[in-house]
Amino acid sequence: MPEGSATTVVVIGGGPAGMAATLAARRRGARVVLIEAGDDVGGQYWRHLPETRATADEHTFHHGWERFRTMRSAIVTDPEVELILNGHVWSVDRRDGRPPLVHVMIGAADGRRRQARTFDPSSLVIATGAHERTLPFPGWDLPGVFTAGAAQALAKGERVAVGTNVLVAGAGPFLLPVVSSLLKVGATVAGVVEAAGWPQITRGWGARPWRLAKASAKGVELKGYIAEMAKNRIPYTVGSAVIAAHGIDRVEEVVVARLTPDWSPIPGTEKTITVDAVCVSHGFVPRTELAITAGCALDKDTVKTDQNQRTTVPGVFTAGELTGIGGVDLALAEGEIAGAVAAGGAPPPAAVRRRKTFREFAGRLDAAHGIRPGWQTWVDDTTLVCRCEDVTAGELRDTARMTGSRGLRSLKLTTRAGLGICQGRTCGRAVEEILAAAVGPDGLLDAGRTAHRPLAVPLRLGELATTGEDAG
Amino acid sequence: MFTTPQVLIVGAGIVGAAIARVMARADCDVVVVDRGATAGGTSASGEGNILVSDKGPGAELRLTQRSLRSWETIRAELHHELPGDFPGLELDYKGGLVVATTDAGAKALLEFAETQRDAGVIAEVVDDARAHELEPDLTRDLTAAVFYPEDAQVQPVIATEALLAAARHHGARIRQQVEVTGGIVEKGRLVGVETTAGPLRADLVIVAAGPWSGAVAERLGVSLPVRPRRGTVLVTSRMPHRIHRKVYDADYVGAVGSGSADLQVSSVVESTAAGTVLIGSSRERRGFDERIEARVLGALASKALLLFPFLADAQVMRAYGGFRPFVPDHLPIIGPDPRLPGLWHATGHEGAGIGLSLATAHLLAELIFESTEGNEFRLDRPGLEGEL
Repeated sequence: MPEGSATTVVVIGGGPAGMAATLAARRRGARVVLIEAGDDVGGQYWRHLPETRATADEHTFHHGWERFRTMRSAIVTDPEVELILNGHVWSVDRRDGRPPLVHVMIGAADGRRRQARTFDPSSLVIATGAHERTLPFPGWDLPGVFTAGAAQALAKGERVAVGTNVLVAGAGPFLLPVVSSLLKVGATVAGVVEAAGWPQITRGWGARPWRLAKASAKGVELKGYIAEMAKNRIPYTVGSAVIAAHGIDRVEEVVVARLTPDWSPIPGTEKTITVDAVCVSHGFVPRTELAITAGCALDKDTVKTDQNQRTTVPGVFTAGELTGIGGVDLALAEGEIAGAVAAGGAPPPAAVRRRKTFREFAGRLDAAHGIRPGWQTWVDDTTLVCRCEDVTAGELRDTARMTGSRGLRSLKLTTRAGLGICQGRTCGRAVEEILAAAVGPDGLLDAGRTAHRPLAVPLRLGELATTGEDAG
Repeated sequence: MFTTPQVLIVGAGIVGAAIARVMARADCDVVVVDRGATAGGTSASGEGNILVSDKGPGAELRLTQRSLRSWETIRAELHHELPGDFPGLELDYKGGLVVATTDAGAKALLEFAETQRDAGVIAEVVDDARAHELEPDLTRDLTAAVFYPEDAQVQPVIATEALLAAARHHGARIRQQVEVTGGIVEKGRLVGVETTAGPLRADLVIVAAGPWSGAVAERLGVSLPVRPRRGTVLVTSRMPHRIHRKVYDADYVGAVGSGSADLQVSSVVESTAAGTVLIGSSRERRGFDERIEARVLGALASKALLLFPFLADAQVMRAYGGFRPFVPDHLPIIGPDPRLPGLWHATGHEGAGIGLSLATAHLLAELIFESTEGNEFRLDRPGLEGEL
């Protein structure tokens, strides 16, 4: 039998947005079930060592660590919050006029005897965050090439450095805390390579900068990172990208080239840099699969919300990166609004003001560091795009040309791109964009399909069979 | 009847693709329109079945047997019509193994197989030892098993795209994102269609829009008893090949023939060339409702485990659904519409459209160029009386 009552707010995702939603819903008197897939709350932003291996210097890895401790403590000590850790929401059953049923498998992902539970929420807050996005380049499948997020997670969550001499590349301010974490775990950082050029960065961040003053905590955080880089004499190169990685058994060197404003490499500007690891990230993609399965309407790749964080599905709210990549402060503000309204309250005015400030920050982030289409010119036909199914850019382009299809579904099923175990979480956007460019000016007719994943996480057939019995 | 008519085909799924190729090879001026992209509907939602095992004696089995012969020659034909590096069809004559796990199921299966043998189907009753030789990991709890070596599998999307590309090679034009909005009728005859891209005239308008054929026909001014029947399939992650045939539980036969709107599930388990395992299939009539529900997935999983207990540890990574074109008497509708000259149908194949596509195209060409006498799939057949 599904669990739930008239005042149960179910929150999916224990990152900053989900934590804020939980606390706000509790303040309005609702019972809350908070479902987090990891071992603890905190999400990617406050990823940390487990309690059993806690260290005194944990706070040096994080911004707002005290705030996190306070929020976490309020959640774990509240008997009216049921915190489910290692809870994997594998699907939601859409229903008419009310929130969906939420199906959860509880236990370590590879564990035996996981427990299946189903919740029938009065309101649902979806705060599932974002995937990292890394643009493919020749050699990106070599050992030693990491996403910046993976390097960050290893540093924060395991205190492991991915290499001794590491280049950090990609786009956006997220590269800077990665540098900071790498330095803390003992790596040498060979440099930071930012794809956006000064014109893109200054135009993006620069328009009416006084409006950003309210987001000054962000500025202080960034200034700290920049000071740390200066102190360590780490070169910061803009308008450039890693366009290839070379090596026999693992990455030994990378090729960095200058880019035009649309991110096409400029021939003749290539430089080779010796490294033993490279961390690459070009931004984030909202993790929308559960919202899509729940029936929420999207605006491109973000979930549509009203000023109260309501989605288009009655009783379903969303907060954080699903509404657009905006970082921790926006996630906290949106989470607070979503939780309060989900519990039947009014949106807290202070949170509404903070949301306005940090939405502006989010918009500028995209303008300053958003991906430009020229990246496809460094992806030659031999570059692997889908690493699960070994599909190259050339196979994608050839298939589009030979079939003439403008259907993403057809082209994916013909090439198998995005059909592997990661279900396109790593390559999906790149596959879509390469195919969109290949099918011609009218583009794909079913763009965005990659994010349709009725099964949000894999589960064993035996587990699924048990669920069938429960659901009758 | 016609020499080289102008042909307009509505629907760029496998049935429309097969017809486009046959008509273009016959030097007709062929245009295919689809409101979406090619191979974007039912043809992209199934397992790629080319089956005799689920068909009892009768018109559909005869059409299937005809299609089997066409599938045997299609690769060689396409070889001359497609570029050398066009993706392969993954056509695999792996055979089907139908397994009963109850005494009642065994009796029904063995009786059914006997009627099929009388109709020319190779249906070998196999003992436990042979069944486990064919499928070493099959359940030990079986009461009967019949092997159908003629059952085959094809990658349905690649097959559709290959047929469309071949049609284009012969001069057909494929127009995506063009939706039919109405018919152009002159002197009681359909002479073309209105579309979102303007009017398109044709001597013959052939509706091959699968489960959406009823809606297209309605826009052309006639009713058509084709309705969607929902199906859902589970896909596992890649694994070493441990399932070698198409393996069904014997309930499958009954579920296909049933007209019930309620959820029915029977197992169809098979490996793909890519190394994933496909687990079908559910049948449910509830309109174009795209929701995928846990109860359906759970039921599919339970049934599959009855056949292959080892799959309990397999990781399911994807679920997808689609709509089969359902007709109340379970036969496709192929031929002219006697109510509106100029309008033709090639639809209603339910779950068998991939397998039947090639023979459907050849039959339709015969009906157009030769004679419509004795057509078992005509719209005004007794089985559809009261449905029009």
